[in-house]
Amino acid sequence: MDTNNIGLFFALAGAAIAAFMAGAGSAIGVGRAGQAAAGAVSEDPSLFVRVLILQLLPGTQGIYGLLIAFLTLMNIGIMGGSGDISLTEGLLYLAACLPMGIVGFFSAIGQSGASVAAIQLVTKDPSQFGRSMIFPVMVETYAILALLISILSIFGIPGLGL
Amino acid sequence: MTDKYIYAVTSIRGKELKLLSRTFMEQLLASPDEASALSLLRDKGWGEDGQSAEEILALEEEKTWKVIRELVPDMSVFDVFLYENDFHNLKAAIKETLTQGTHPGIYIGQGTVPWETMQKALTERDFGKFPERMKHAAKEALDVLLTTRDGQLCDCIIDSAALDAIRQAGKASGSELLALYGELRCVTGDINIAYRAGKNGKDKAFLLRSLAPCETLNRDSLAEAAVHGEDALFAYLERTPYKAAVAELSDSVAAFERWCDDLLIEKIRPQRTNPFGLDPLAAYILARRNEIKTARIILTGKRNDLPDDMIRGRIRKTYV
Repeated sequence: MDTNNIGLFFALAGAAIAAFMAGAGSAIGVGRAGQAAAGAVSEDPSLFVRVLILQLLPGTQGIYGLLIAFLTLMNIGIMGGSGDISLTEGLLYLAACLPMGIVGFFSAIGQSGASVAAIQLVTKDPSQFGRSMIFPVMVETYAILALLISILSIFGIPGLGL
Repeated sequence: MTDKYIYAVTSIRGKELKLLSRTFMEQLLASPDEASALSLLRDKGWGEDGQSAEEILALEEEKTWKVIRELVPDMSVFDVFLYENDFHNLKAAIKETLTQGTHPGIYIGQGTVPWETMQKALTERDFGKFPERMKHAAKEALDVLLTTRDGQLCDCIIDSAALDAIRQAGKASGSELLALYGELRCVTGDINIAYRAGKNGKDKAFLLRSLAPCETLNRDSLAEAAVHGEDALFAYLERTPYKAAVAELSDSVAAFERWCDDLLIEKIRPQRTNPFGLDPLAAYILARRNEIKTARIILTGKRNDLPDDMIRGRIRKTYV
């Protein structure tokens, strides 16, 4: 292994972790909520659109993870550029990606629990759709906070002049 | 794994909307006669024109299991609810074997062991055909009936085995609700047996043979109290978590039986808001059985022209 590229390796690992963990969490979450959505539609097909929205809520973490991975790849030169970054920069990119990866994974699974419960609430009383959506959306807050920290970190690294 | 039942629980949430409410039960009670009550039930989708009350109720019972069969791939988790039917069929099969005749209609269809298998096993004295939970009770009850002709003791042996099987299956299921169901079924069954046996002057040996072990009641203390009479039994129950049973038993056995069903419904109500796992499904089955039982009580009362207040006193609490 060329040790000159070890910084690039860590940065790329960070991008992969952000995309993989947040994406995996979303896949699990959307899958769980999808089971509930199917159960709801089996009882009342008119609920399709409402439960579809609730099912998709845990899917946002996967998008955030993808965004962080893209930003990292652009910054480190993988998508056009020299790709020449130091070990320190590489580790910093890895650290910057971790909030989105870790929080994305757990928040998507947590949010799916709230989505399942919300779908069951809508199944019982469709007029509660608006309120029911608030519960899973509350979990989204923490995924957004992690996204924000990861973005700020990624954009801050080049300014350090390392 | 709780995720396994997400689809089923959500589907059940939709079906819970069709459960009968207390208000509807009052409407049913206010019907002038059985025909009007049946008409109200038909409006709710129960049965069809021309079907008798018993046919409608049997159909509703079958509908409940059909719904659950569609949602749960492995139905054995709910076998605990069918054990009572199995042991009822065992009683019937033993008596039929002894009388060497056929008595159509004495068996219950829903069960985990076909009654024909029981009948064959008893005729051939091949107790290995019974599942482990029934084997010992079947042999003992048949021996007792053959040697003593004591039908009451035979029934008590089987009832005790049924309660024990239900409690153990509930405990082994890993489901909190099924464990609770098993324990409550065992406790209320034991109290009922102790009260009746005490009233009939049965001795402690009979009681110990008839009572099933459970965790929240001491079998020995219960038997000891029951042989010393009603007051001693009530004094013992006052010291247990089931002291509310005393007032009901003082009133009547029917009031106590209603209290038993109401207690179970109270305990399963939190499942209405539980989004995951097997427990909400088990609660739905119990809720359906409860409403079918209440409908049966009202219809029977109307058929026999019982006063509304008397029927009302036997109406169970509803799940929704």
